[in-house]
Amino acid sequence: MSDAILSISGLTKVYKGGVKALDDVDLEIRMGEIFALLGPNGAGKTTLIGAVCGLVRPSAGSILAFGHDLQRDWRQARGRIGLVPQELSTDMFETVHRAVSYSRGLFGLPPDKARIEEVLRSLSLWEKRDTQIRALSGGMKRRVLIAKALAHEPDLLFLDEPTAGVDVELRKDMWQQIGALRERGVTIILTTHYIEEAEEMADRVGIIRKGQILMVDDKDAMMKRLGRTEAVITLAAPLDELPPAIAHYPVELTDGGTQLSYRGGDGSGKGKQEVADLTKALIASGIDYRGIDIRESSLEDIFVGLLHDREQAA
Amino acid sequence: MTFNLRGAWSIYQRELMRAFRTAFQSLIAPVITTSLYFIVFGAAIGGRMPALGGVDYAAFIIPGLLMLTLLGETTSNSSFGIYMPRFTGTIYELLSAPVGVAETLIGFVGAAATKSLILAAVILATATLFVDYRIEHPFYAFGFIMLVAASFSLFGFILGIWADSFEKLGIIPVLILTPLTFLGGTFYSIDMLPSPWDKIALANPIAFLVSGLRWTFYGEADVSIGVSLSLTLAFLAVCVAIIAFIFKTGWRLRE
Repeated sequence: MSDAILSISGLTKVYKGGVKALDDVDLEIRMGEIFALLGPNGAGKTTLIGAVCGLVRPSAGSILAFGHDLQRDWRQARGRIGLVPQELSTDMFETVHRAVSYSRGLFGLPPDKARIEEVLRSLSLWEKRDTQIRALSGGMKRRVLIAKALAHEPDLLFLDEPTAGVDVELRKDMWQQIGALRERGVTIILTTHYIEEAEEMADRVGIIRKGQILMVDDKDAMMKRLGRTEAVITLAAPLDELPPAIAHYPVELTDGGTQLSYRGGDGSGKGKQEVADLTKALIASGIDYRGIDIRESSLEDIFVGLLHDREQAA
Repeated sequence: MTFNLRGAWSIYQRELMRAFRTAFQSLIAPVITTSLYFIVFGAAIGGRMPALGGVDYAAFIIPGLLMLTLLGETTSNSSFGIYMPRFTGTIYELLSAPVGVAETLIGFVGAAATKSLILAAVILATATLFVDYRIEHPFYAFGFIMLVAASFSLFGFILGIWADSFEKLGIIPVLILTPLTFLGGTFYSIDMLPSPWDKIALANPIAFLVSGLRWTFYGEADVSIGVSLSLTLAFLAVCVAIIAFIFKTGWRLRE
Protein backbone atom coordinates (compact mmCIF):
# COMPACT_ATOMS: atom_id res chain seq x y z
CA MET A 1 0.00 0.00 0.00
CA SER A 2 1.77 3.16 -1.19
CA ASP A 3 0.06 5.72 1.03
CA ALA A 4 0.59 3.82 4.28
CA ILE A 5 2.10 6.06 6.95
CA LEU A 6 2.16 3.37 9.59
CA SER A 7 3.08 -0.23 8.87
CA ILE A 8 2.96 -2.78 11.64
CA SER A 9 4.28 -6.21 10.91
CA GLY A 10 4.27 -9.33 13.06
CA LEU A 11 3.88 -7.24 16.21
CA THR A 12 3.80 -9.42 19.30
CA LYS A 13 3.82 -8.46 22.94
CA VAL A 14 4.09 -10.98 25.73
CA TYR A 15 3.96 -9.41 29.18
CA LYS A 16 5.88 -10.70 32.15
CA GLY A 17 3.84 -13.61 33.42
CA GLY A 18 3.13 -14.87 29.93
CA VAL A 19 0.05 -12.86 28.97
CA LYS A 20 0.11 -12.43 25.20
CA ALA A 21 -1.41 -9.00 24.62
CA LEU A 22 -0.55 -8.81 20.92
CA ASP A 23 -0.23 -11.84 18.71
CA ASP A 24 1.48 -11.36 15.36
CA VAL A 25 -0.39 -8.20 14.43
CA ASP A 26 -0.12 -6.84 10.89
CA LEU A 27 -1.72 -3.48 10.19
CA GLU A 28 -1.34 -0.59 7.78
CA ILE A 29 -2.73 2.88 8.29
CA ARG A 30 -3.34 5.20 5.36
CA MET A 31 -2.57 8.86 5.29
CA GLY A 32 -5.49 11.12 6.23
CA GLU A 33 -7.89 8.43 7.34
CA ILE A 34 -9.71 7.88 10.59
CA PHE A 35 -9.12 4.32 11.64
CA ALA A 36 -11.17 2.85 14.45
CA LEU A 37 -9.75 -0.05 16.38
CA LEU A 38 -12.58 -1.91 18.01
CA GLY A 39 -12.34 -4.58 20.59
CA PRO A 40 -13.61 -5.62 23.98
CA ASN A 41 -11.73 -4.76 27.16
CA GLY A 42 -8.36 -6.50 27.29
CA ALA A 43 -8.29 -7.10 23.54
CA GLY A 44 -4.90 -5.41 23.14
CA LYS A 45 -5.93 -1.98 21.84
CA THR A 46 -3.98 0.06 24.36
CA THR A 47 -0.96 -2.24 24.11
CA LEU A 48 -0.94 -1.74 20.34
CA ILE A 49 -0.98 2.03 20.77
CA GLY A 50 1.65 1.80 23.49
CA ALA A 51 3.94 -0.19 21.21
CA VAL A 52 3.73 2.45 18.48
CA CYS A 53 4.11 5.38 20.88
CA GLY A 54 7.06 4.00 22.81
CA LEU A 55 5.28 3.08 26.03
CA VAL A 56 5.47 -0.66 25.49
CA ARG A 57 8.48 -2.66 24.35
CA PRO A 58 7.38 -5.12 21.67
CA SER A 59 8.48 -8.74 22.08
CA ALA A 60 8.69 -9.22 18.32
CA GLY A 61 7.77 -7.55 15.07
CA SER A 62 8.50 -4.24 13.42
CA ILE A 63 6.81 -0.85 13.24
CA LEU A 64 7.47 1.67 10.48
CA ALA A 65 6.07 5.16 10.90
CA PHE A 66 6.54 7.64 8.05
CA GLY A 67 9.16 5.27 6.69
CA HIS A 68 11.17 5.33 9.94
CA ASP A 69 11.83 2.18 11.90
CA LEU A 70 10.59 2.90 15.41
CA GLN A 71 13.40 0.89 16.98
CA ARG A 72 16.16 2.65 15.06
CA ASP A 73 14.85 6.10 14.06
CA TRP A 74 12.56 6.61 17.02
CA ARG A 75 13.29 10.32 17.32
CA GLN A 76 12.16 11.11 13.79
CA ALA A 77 9.10 8.90 14.04
CA ARG A 78 7.95 10.00 17.50
CA GLY A 79 8.23 13.66 16.58
CA ARG A 80 5.32 13.22 14.17
CA ILE A 81 3.08 11.17 16.42
CA GLY A 82 0.70 12.46 19.07
CA LEU A 83 -1.00 10.47 21.80
CA VAL A 84 -4.10 11.16 23.85
CA PRO A 85 -4.12 8.51 26.56
CA GLN A 86 -7.17 6.85 28.00
CA GLU A 87 -6.45 7.97 31.57
CA LEU A 88 -6.69 11.63 32.51
CA SER A 89 -2.97 11.84 33.19
CA THR A 90 -1.58 15.33 33.46
CA ASP A 91 0.05 17.60 35.99
CA MET A 92 -3.04 18.83 37.78
CA PHE A 93 -1.27 21.84 39.33
CA GLU A 94 -0.14 23.26 35.98
CA THR A 95 -2.16 25.87 34.15
CA VAL A 96 -3.65 24.83 30.82
CA HIS A 97 -1.39 27.16 28.81
CA ARG A 98 1.81 26.06 30.51
CA ALA A 99 0.94 22.37 30.21
CA VAL A 100 0.30 22.67 26.48
CA SER A 101 3.39 24.83 25.91
CA TYR A 102 5.47 22.25 27.79
CA SER A 103 4.27 19.50 25.46
CA ARG A 104 5.36 21.51 22.44
CA GLY A 105 8.81 22.07 23.88
CA LEU A 106 9.15 18.42 24.83
CA PHE A 107 8.84 17.53 21.15
CA GLY A 108 11.67 19.90 20.30
CA LEU A 109 9.63 22.71 18.77
CA PRO A 110 10.23 26.39 19.50
CA PRO A 111 7.62 28.32 21.50
CA ASP A 112 4.77 29.50 19.29
CA LYS A 113 2.15 31.52 21.10
CA ALA A 114 -0.04 31.80 18.02
CA ARG A 115 -0.09 28.03 17.53
CA ILE A 116 -0.87 27.37 21.19
CA GLU A 117 -3.67 29.93 21.07
CA GLU A 118 -5.06 28.32 17.92
CA VAL A 119 -5.05 24.88 19.53
CA LEU A 120 -6.64 26.14 22.74
CA ARG A 121 -9.29 28.10 20.88
CA SER A 122 -10.13 25.15 18.65
CA LEU A 123 -10.82 23.08 21.77
CA SER A 124 -12.68 25.89 23.58
CA LEU A 125 -9.91 26.07 26.18
CA TRP A 126 -8.66 29.60 25.54
CA GLU A 127 -10.79 31.14 28.28
CA LYS A 128 -9.37 28.57 30.71
CA ARG A 129 -5.74 29.04 29.71
CA ASP A 130 -4.65 30.37 33.10
CA THR A 131 -6.73 27.90 35.11
CA GLN A 132 -5.04 25.05 36.94
CA ILE A 133 -6.00 21.77 35.28
CA ARG A 134 -7.28 20.30 38.55
CA ALA A 135 -10.04 22.96 38.56
CA LEU A 136 -11.43 21.81 35.20
CA SER A 137 -14.27 19.37 34.60
CA GLY A 138 -13.52 15.85 33.34
CA GLY A 139 -14.46 16.76 29.78
CA MET A 140 -12.26 19.84 29.82
CA LYS A 141 -9.35 17.83 31.20
CA ARG A 142 -9.72 15.45 28.28
CA ARG A 143 -9.59 18.41 25.92
CA VAL A 144 -6.39 19.54 27.59
CA LEU A 145 -4.90 16.13 26.82
CA ILE A 146 -5.93 16.54 23.19
CA ALA A 147 -4.45 20.05 23.14
CA LYS A 148 -1.19 18.69 24.57
CA ALA A 149 -1.09 16.01 21.89
CA LEU A 150 -1.72 18.59 19.15
CA ALA A 151 0.78 21.16 20.41
CA HIS A 152 3.60 19.71 18.29
CA GLU A 153 1.41 19.46 15.18
CA PRO A 154 1.50 15.68 14.75
CA ASP A 155 0.66 14.02 11.46
CA LEU A 156 -0.59 10.91 13.19
CA LEU A 157 -2.75 11.11 16.29
CA PHE A 158 -3.70 8.25 18.58
CA LEU A 159 -6.85 8.69 20.61
CA ASP A 160 -7.21 5.96 23.17
CA GLU A 161 -10.87 5.81 24.19
CA PRO A 162 -11.34 9.56 23.62
CA THR A 163 -14.89 9.69 24.88
CA ALA A 164 -14.70 7.19 27.72
CA GLY A 165 -16.70 8.51 30.64
CA VAL A 166 -17.92 11.69 28.96
CA ASP A 167 -21.59 12.57 28.60
CA VAL A 168 -23.50 12.33 25.33
CA GLU A 169 -23.33 16.03 24.52
CA LEU A 170 -19.60 16.22 25.09
CA ARG A 171 -19.08 13.03 23.14
CA LYS A 172 -20.74 14.55 20.07
CA ASP A 173 -18.69 17.67 20.59
CA MET A 174 -15.56 15.54 20.69
CA TRP A 175 -16.58 13.85 17.44
CA GLN A 176 -16.77 17.28 15.84
CA GLN A 177 -13.28 18.07 17.10
CA ILE A 178 -11.96 14.83 15.65
CA GLY A 179 -13.69 15.59 12.35
CA ALA A 180 -12.02 19.01 12.33
CA LEU A 181 -8.62 17.38 12.86
CA ARG A 182 -9.21 15.16 9.89
CA GLU A 183 -10.03 18.27 7.84
CA ARG A 184 -6.59 19.55 8.77
CA GLY A 185 -5.03 16.40 7.35
CA VAL A 186 -4.26 14.62 10.60
CA THR A 187 -4.43 10.85 10.38
CA ILE A 188 -6.31 9.50 13.36
CA ILE A 189 -6.31 6.12 15.00
CA LEU A 190 -8.88 5.80 17.71
CA THR A 191 -9.67 2.93 19.96
CA THR A 192 -13.11 2.67 21.33
CA HIS A 193 -15.63 0.23 22.57
CA TYR A 194 -18.44 2.60 21.65
CA ILE A 195 -19.30 1.10 18.28
CA GLU A 196 -21.48 4.09 17.55
CA GLU A 197 -18.36 6.22 17.66
CA ALA A 198 -16.63 4.17 14.99
CA GLU A 199 -19.79 4.07 12.89
CA GLU A 200 -20.05 7.84 13.09
CA MET A 201 -16.49 8.75 12.27
CA ALA A 202 -14.29 5.99 10.94
CA ASP A 203 -13.24 5.45 7.35
CA ARG A 204 -11.86 2.04 8.16
CA VAL A 205 -12.43 -0.30 11.02
CA GLY A 206 -10.20 -2.94 12.56
CA ILE A 207 -11.51 -5.49 14.98
CA ILE A 208 -9.11 -6.88 17.54
CA ARG A 209 -9.70 -9.67 19.98
CA LYS A 210 -7.26 -11.45 22.28
CA GLY A 211 -4.37 -9.64 20.65
CA GLN A 212 -5.26 -10.69 17.12
CA ILE A 213 -6.67 -8.53 14.36
CA LEU A 214 -9.79 -10.37 13.23
CA MET A 215 -10.71 -8.06 10.40
CA VAL A 216 -9.73 -4.77 8.78
CA ASP A 217 -11.95 -3.21 6.18
CA ASP A 218 -13.56 0.00 4.95
CA LYS A 219 -16.44 0.69 7.27
CA ASP A 220 -18.96 0.93 4.43
CA ALA A 221 -17.64 -2.26 2.81
CA MET A 222 -17.84 -4.04 6.14
CA MET A 223 -21.39 -2.86 6.68
CA LYS A 224 -22.29 -3.95 3.16
CA ARG A 225 -20.62 -7.32 3.45
CA LEU A 226 -21.75 -8.23 6.91
CA GLY A 227 -24.78 -5.99 7.29
CA ARG A 228 -28.27 -7.43 7.43
CA THR A 229 -31.84 -6.17 7.30
CA GLU A 230 -34.17 -7.42 9.97
CA ALA A 231 -37.95 -7.10 9.68
CA VAL A 232 -40.78 -8.34 11.83
CA ILE A 233 -44.20 -8.48 10.18
CA THR A 234 -47.09 -8.79 12.61
CA LEU A 235 -49.76 -10.89 10.95
CA ALA A 236 -53.50 -10.19 11.19
CA ALA A 237 -54.11 -13.91 11.85
CA PRO A 238 -51.64 -16.58 12.99
CA LEU A 239 -50.27 -19.06 10.45
CA ASP A 240 -49.47 -22.73 11.05
CA GLU A 241 -46.85 -22.91 8.32
CA LEU A 242 -45.11 -20.72 5.76
CA PRO A 243 -47.17 -20.24 2.60
CA PRO A 244 -45.36 -21.58 -0.51
CA ALA A 245 -45.42 -18.10 -2.13
CA ILE A 246 -42.96 -16.75 0.46
CA ALA A 247 -41.08 -19.93 1.33
CA HIS A 248 -38.06 -18.89 -0.75
CA TYR A 249 -37.52 -15.75 1.36
CA PRO A 250 -35.27 -15.92 4.47
CA VAL A 251 -38.23 -15.83 6.82
CA GLU A 252 -39.60 -17.88 9.67
CA LEU A 253 -42.73 -17.88 11.75
CA THR A 254 -42.22 -16.67 15.30
CA ASP A 255 -44.25 -15.86 18.38
CA GLY A 256 -46.65 -18.76 17.87
CA GLY A 257 -47.17 -18.01 14.18
CA THR A 258 -48.35 -14.44 14.77
CA GLN A 259 -45.16 -12.89 13.41
CA LEU A 260 -43.08 -13.35 10.31
CA SER A 261 -39.40 -12.65 10.94
CA TYR A 262 -37.15 -11.74 8.05
CA ARG A 263 -33.35 -11.60 8.25
CA GLY A 264 -31.51 -11.06 5.00
CA GLY A 265 -29.98 -8.56 2.61
CA ASP A 266 -26.40 -7.43 2.65
CA GLY A 267 -26.30 -3.92 4.02
CA SER A 268 -26.60 -2.38 0.55
CA GLY A 269 -30.37 -1.88 0.62
CA LYS A 270 -31.13 -5.25 -0.98
CA GLY A 271 -32.84 -6.34 2.24
CA LYS A 272 -35.32 -3.47 2.19
CA GLN A 273 -36.26 -4.28 -1.37
CA GLU A 274 -36.76 -7.92 -0.45
CA VAL A 275 -39.01 -6.96 2.49
CA ALA A 276 -41.10 -4.82 0.11
CA ASP A 277 -41.39 -7.79 -2.29
CA LEU A 278 -42.30 -10.06 0.63
CA THR A 279 -45.18 -7.82 1.71
CA LYS A 280 -46.49 -7.77 -1.85
CA ALA A 281 -46.32 -11.56 -1.96
CA LEU A 282 -48.26 -11.76 1.31
CA ILE A 283 -51.03 -9.51 -0.04
CA ALA A 284 -51.12 -11.48 -3.29
CA SER A 285 -51.54 -14.67 -1.21
CA GLY A 286 -54.39 -13.09 0.76
CA ILE A 287 -52.41 -12.88 3.98
CA ASP A 288 -53.10 -9.66 5.81
CA TYR A 289 -50.72 -7.97 8.32
CA ARG A 290 -51.07 -5.22 10.90
CA GLY A 291 -47.57 -3.74 11.08
CA ILE A 292 -43.93 -3.94 10.04
CA ASP A 293 -40.81 -3.19 12.11
CA ILE A 294 -37.72 -2.93 9.95
CA ARG A 295 -34.13 -2.10 10.86
CA GLU A 296 -30.69 -2.28 9.31
CA SER A 297 -28.01 -3.97 11.41
CA SER A 298 -25.53 -1.59 12.98
CA LEU A 299 -21.78 -1.92 13.19
CA GLU A 300 -22.40 -3.06 16.74
CA ASP A 301 -24.45 -6.01 15.50
CA ILE A 302 -21.66 -6.89 13.11
CA PHE A 303 -19.03 -6.53 15.82
CA VAL A 304 -20.94 -8.62 18.34
CA GLY A 305 -21.75 -11.22 15.70
CA LEU A 306 -18.16 -11.46 14.57
CA LEU A 307 -16.85 -11.89 18.10
CA HIS A 308 -19.57 -14.42 18.84
CA ASP A 309 -18.75 -16.45 15.72
CA ARG A 310 -15.05 -16.51 16.59
CA GLU A 311 -15.83 -17.44 20.16
CA GLN A 312 -17.81 -20.43 18.93
CA ALA A 313 -15.17 -21.40 16.39
CA ALA A 314 -12.42 -21.30 19.04
CA MET B 1 17.15 15.34 15.14
CA THR B 2 20.01 13.81 17.10
CA PHE B 3 19.68 15.66 20.37
CA ASN B 4 16.51 17.39 21.50
CA LEU B 5 17.88 20.42 23.32
CA ARG B 6 14.50 22.12 23.55
CA GLY B 7 13.02 18.96 25.04
CA ALA B 8 15.73 18.89 27.73
CA TRP B 9 15.23 22.61 28.41
CA SER B 10 11.46 22.13 28.71
CA ILE B 11 11.88 19.40 31.32
CA TYR B 12 14.49 21.45 33.17
CA GLN B 13 12.30 24.56 33.25
CA ARG B 14 9.25 22.64 34.36
CA GLU B 15 11.09 20.86 37.15
CA LEU B 16 12.51 24.13 38.44
CA MET B 17 9.07 25.70 38.31
CA ARG B 18 7.73 22.77 40.31
CA ALA B 19 10.34 23.51 42.96
CA PHE B 20 9.36 27.16 43.14
CA ARG B 21 5.72 26.15 43.32
CA THR B 22 6.60 24.13 46.38
CA ALA B 23 9.17 26.63 47.67
CA PHE B 24 8.34 26.01 51.32
CA GLN B 25 9.01 22.31 51.04
CA SER B 26 11.96 22.65 48.66
CA LEU B 27 13.84 25.60 50.12
CA ILE B 28 12.40 27.12 53.26
CA ALA B 29 11.92 23.89 55.24
CA PRO B 30 15.56 22.72 54.82
CA VAL B 31 16.81 26.19 55.74
CA ILE B 32 14.73 26.19 58.93
CA THR B 33 15.96 22.70 59.84
CA THR B 34 19.59 23.64 59.23
CA SER B 35 19.18 26.86 61.20
CA LEU B 36 17.91 24.83 64.14
CA TYR B 37 21.05 22.66 63.93
CA PHE B 38 23.19 25.80 63.98
CA ILE B 39 21.33 27.12 67.00
CA VAL B 40 21.43 23.86 68.96
CA PHE B 41 24.83 22.42 68.01
CA GLY B 42 26.54 25.63 67.08
CA ALA B 43 25.43 28.35 69.47
CA ALA B 44 24.10 26.35 72.44
CA ILE B 45 26.44 23.33 72.61
CA GLY B 46 29.24 24.54 70.35
CA GLY B 47 30.34 27.21 72.81
CA ARG B 48 31.27 24.50 75.32
CA MET B 49 33.14 22.31 72.80
CA PRO B 50 36.87 22.60 72.12
CA ALA B 51 38.09 23.71 68.68
CA LEU B 52 38.68 20.83 66.28
CA GLY B 53 41.80 21.06 64.12
CA GLY B 54 41.98 24.74 64.96
CA VAL B 55 38.40 25.37 63.83
CA ASP B 56 35.62 26.49 66.19
CA TYR B 57 33.13 23.71 66.72
CA ALA B 58 30.24 25.83 65.39
CA ALA B 59 32.17 26.45 62.17
CA PHE B 60 33.47 22.87 62.07
CA ILE B 61 29.97 21.42 61.67
CA ILE B 62 28.96 23.68 58.73
CA PRO B 63 30.29 21.40 55.95
CA GLY B 64 28.69 18.36 57.59
CA LEU B 65 25.35 20.09 58.02
CA LEU B 66 25.52 21.34 54.45
CA MET B 67 26.22 17.80 53.26
CA LEU B 68 23.40 16.43 55.42
CA THR B 69 20.88 18.78 53.80
CA LEU B 70 22.36 18.47 50.35
CA LEU B 71 22.24 14.68 50.25
CA GLY B 72 18.72 14.43 51.65
CA GLU B 73 17.18 17.19 49.58
CA THR B 74 18.96 16.35 46.33
CA THR B 75 18.01 12.70 46.53
CA SER B 76 14.42 13.48 47.52
CA ASN B 77 13.94 16.17 44.87
CA SER B 78 15.29 14.06 42.08
CA SER B 79 13.52 10.86 43.09
CA PHE B 80 10.23 12.70 43.52
CA GLY B 81 10.68 14.42 40.14
CA ILE B 82 10.64 11.14 38.21
CA TYR B 83 8.48 9.12 40.60
CA MET B 84 5.48 11.46 40.40
CA PRO B 85 5.07 11.18 36.60
CA ARG B 86 5.26 7.41 37.00
CA PHE B 87 2.73 7.48 39.81
CA THR B 88 0.26 9.82 38.07
CA GLY B 89 0.74 8.34 34.61
CA THR B 90 2.07 11.54 33.02
CA ILE B 91 5.26 9.65 32.21
CA TYR B 92 3.48 8.65 28.97
CA GLU B 93 4.26 12.06 27.55
CA LEU B 94 7.96 11.77 28.23
CA LEU B 95 8.16 8.23 26.86
CA SER B 96 6.28 9.07 23.69
CA ALA B 97 8.31 12.23 22.98
CA PRO B 98 11.57 12.34 21.05
CA VAL B 99 13.65 12.61 24.21
CA GLY B 100 16.29 10.08 25.19
CA VAL B 101 18.40 9.41 28.23
CA ALA B 102 20.58 12.49 27.76
CA GLU B 103 17.67 14.94 27.52
CA THR B 104 15.88 13.28 30.42
CA LEU B 105 18.94 13.47 32.64
CA ILE B 106 19.72 17.06 31.72
CA GLY B 107 16.11 17.97 32.43
CA PHE B 108 15.40 16.08 35.64
CA VAL B 109 18.87 15.70 37.13
CA GLY B 110 19.98 19.15 35.98
CA ALA B 111 16.98 20.75 37.67
CA ALA B 112 17.49 18.75 40.87
CA ALA B 113 21.18 19.68 40.93
CA THR B 114 20.34 23.35 40.31
CA LYS B 115 17.87 23.30 43.19
CA SER B 116 20.59 21.80 45.40
CA LEU B 117 23.07 24.51 44.45
CA ILE B 118 20.51 27.20 45.26
CA LEU B 119 19.80 25.42 48.53
CA ALA B 120 23.50 25.21 49.38
CA ALA B 121 23.92 28.93 48.71
CA VAL B 122 20.92 29.76 50.90
CA ILE B 123 22.19 27.53 53.72
CA LEU B 124 25.65 29.06 53.62
CA ALA B 125 24.10 32.52 53.63
CA THR B 126 21.96 31.49 56.61
CA ALA B 127 25.04 30.12 58.40
CA THR B 128 26.65 33.57 58.35
CA LEU B 129 23.84 34.72 60.66
CA PHE B 130 24.93 32.22 63.33
CA VAL B 131 28.59 31.38 62.80
CA ASP B 132 31.79 33.05 61.71
CA TYR B 133 33.35 30.75 59.10
CA ARG B 134 35.62 30.84 56.07
CA ILE B 135 35.96 28.88 52.83
CA GLU B 136 39.63 28.29 52.17
CA HIS B 137 39.20 26.73 48.72
CA PRO B 138 36.05 28.30 47.26
CA PHE B 139 36.65 26.92 43.76
CA TYR B 140 37.00 23.37 45.10
CA ALA B 141 34.03 23.90 47.40
CA PHE B 142 31.82 24.95 44.48
CA GLY B 143 33.09 22.10 42.33
CA PHE B 144 32.66 19.52 45.07
CA ILE B 145 29.14 20.70 45.92
CA MET B 146 28.27 20.55 42.20
CA LEU B 147 29.71 17.06 41.92
CA VAL B 148 27.82 15.82 44.97
CA ALA B 149 24.60 17.50 43.76
CA ALA B 150 24.92 15.88 40.33
CA SER B 151 25.81 12.45 41.74
CA PHE B 152 22.97 12.35 44.23
CA SER B 153 20.51 13.74 41.71
CA LEU B 154 21.39 10.77 39.54
CA PHE B 155 21.10 8.49 42.55
CA GLY B 156 17.70 10.01 43.38
CA PHE B 157 16.60 9.51 39.78
CA ILE B 158 17.43 5.79 40.05
CA LEU B 159 15.59 5.66 43.36
CA GLY B 160 12.53 7.31 41.79
CA ILE B 161 12.49 4.69 39.06
CA TRP B 162 13.09 1.80 41.45
CA ALA B 163 10.42 2.84 43.95
CA ASP B 164 6.92 1.56 43.41
CA SER B 165 5.42 3.21 46.48
CA PHE B 166 5.84 6.42 48.48
CA GLU B 167 7.15 4.34 51.33
CA LYS B 168 10.03 3.00 49.24
CA LEU B 169 10.71 6.53 48.00
CA GLY B 170 11.39 7.63 51.57
CA ILE B 171 13.28 4.57 52.79
CA ILE B 172 16.72 5.33 51.35
CA PRO B 173 16.98 9.03 52.33
CA VAL B 174 15.53 8.49 55.80
CA LEU B 175 16.91 5.08 56.76
CA ILE B 176 20.24 5.08 54.97
CA LEU B 177 21.46 8.52 53.86
CA THR B 178 20.59 10.48 57.01
CA PRO B 179 22.07 7.95 59.51
CA LEU B 180 25.19 7.53 57.38
CA THR B 181 25.65 11.28 57.19
CA PHE B 182 25.24 11.63 60.96
CA LEU B 183 27.79 8.84 61.44
CA GLY B 184 30.04 10.19 58.70
CA GLY B 185 31.63 12.91 60.77
CA THR B 186 29.06 15.67 60.49
CA PHE B 187 29.37 16.56 64.17
CA TYR B 188 32.83 15.16 64.92
CA SER B 189 36.15 14.33 63.38
CA ILE B 190 36.73 10.65 62.68
CA ASP B 191 40.10 11.07 64.43
CA MET B 192 38.15 11.53 67.66
CA LEU B 193 36.75 8.00 67.48
CA PRO B 194 38.48 5.26 69.50
CA SER B 195 39.97 2.31 67.66
CA PRO B 196 38.55 0.27 65.90
CA TRP B 197 35.63 2.67 65.30
CA ASP B 198 37.85 5.14 63.46
CA LYS B 199 38.61 2.38 60.91
CA ILE B 200 35.03 1.16 60.77
CA ALA B 201 33.83 4.74 60.17
CA LEU B 202 35.82 4.78 56.93
CA ALA B 203 33.59 2.01 55.59
CA ASN B 204 30.89 4.68 55.46
CA PRO B 205 31.09 6.31 52.00
CA ILE B 206 29.39 9.47 53.24
CA ALA B 207 32.36 10.07 55.57
CA PHE B 208 34.47 10.74 52.46
CA LEU B 209 31.98 13.32 51.23
CA VAL B 210 31.81 15.17 54.54
CA SER B 211 35.58 15.02 54.84
CA GLY B 212 36.06 16.27 51.28
CA LEU B 213 33.75 19.22 51.76
CA ARG B 214 35.36 20.06 55.10
CA TRP B 215 38.75 20.17 53.39
CA THR B 216 37.47 22.75 50.89
CA PHE B 217 36.35 24.89 53.85
CA TYR B 218 39.24 24.60 56.28
CA GLY B 219 42.04 22.74 54.48
CA GLU B 220 41.81 19.93 57.06
CA ALA B 221 40.18 16.55 56.48
CA ASP B 222 40.03 13.00 57.81
CA VAL B 223 40.94 11.62 54.37
CA SER B 224 42.69 13.10 51.35
CA ILE B 225 40.60 15.30 49.05
CA GLY B 226 41.85 13.21 46.12
CA VAL B 227 40.26 10.09 47.59
CA SER B 228 37.00 11.94 48.26
CA LEU B 229 36.89 13.31 44.72
CA SER B 230 37.76 9.95 43.15
CA LEU B 231 35.09 8.13 45.12
CA THR B 232 32.46 10.72 44.25
CA LEU B 233 33.37 10.57 40.57
CA ALA B 234 33.21 6.76 40.67
CA PHE B 235 29.78 6.95 42.31
CA LEU B 236 28.62 9.36 39.59
CA ALA B 237 29.91 7.02 36.87
CA VAL B 238 28.10 4.03 38.41
CA CYS B 239 24.84 6.03 38.59
CA VAL B 240 25.17 7.08 34.93
CA ALA B 241 25.80 3.45 33.92
CA ILE B 242 22.73 2.26 35.85
CA ILE B 243 20.54 4.93 34.27
CA ALA B 244 21.84 4.08 30.79
CA PHE B 245 20.91 0.46 31.51
CA ILE B 246 17.44 1.50 32.70
CA PHE B 247 16.77 3.41 29.50
CA LYS B 248 18.20 0.67 27.32
CA THR B 249 16.05 -2.02 28.87
CA GLY B 250 13.06 0.16 29.79
CA TRP B 251 13.13 -1.27 33.32
CA ARG B 252 10.21 0.17 35.32
CA LEU B 253 9.62 2.73 32.56
CA ARG B 254 8.34 0.83 29.55
CA GLU B 255 6.15 -2.22 29.99
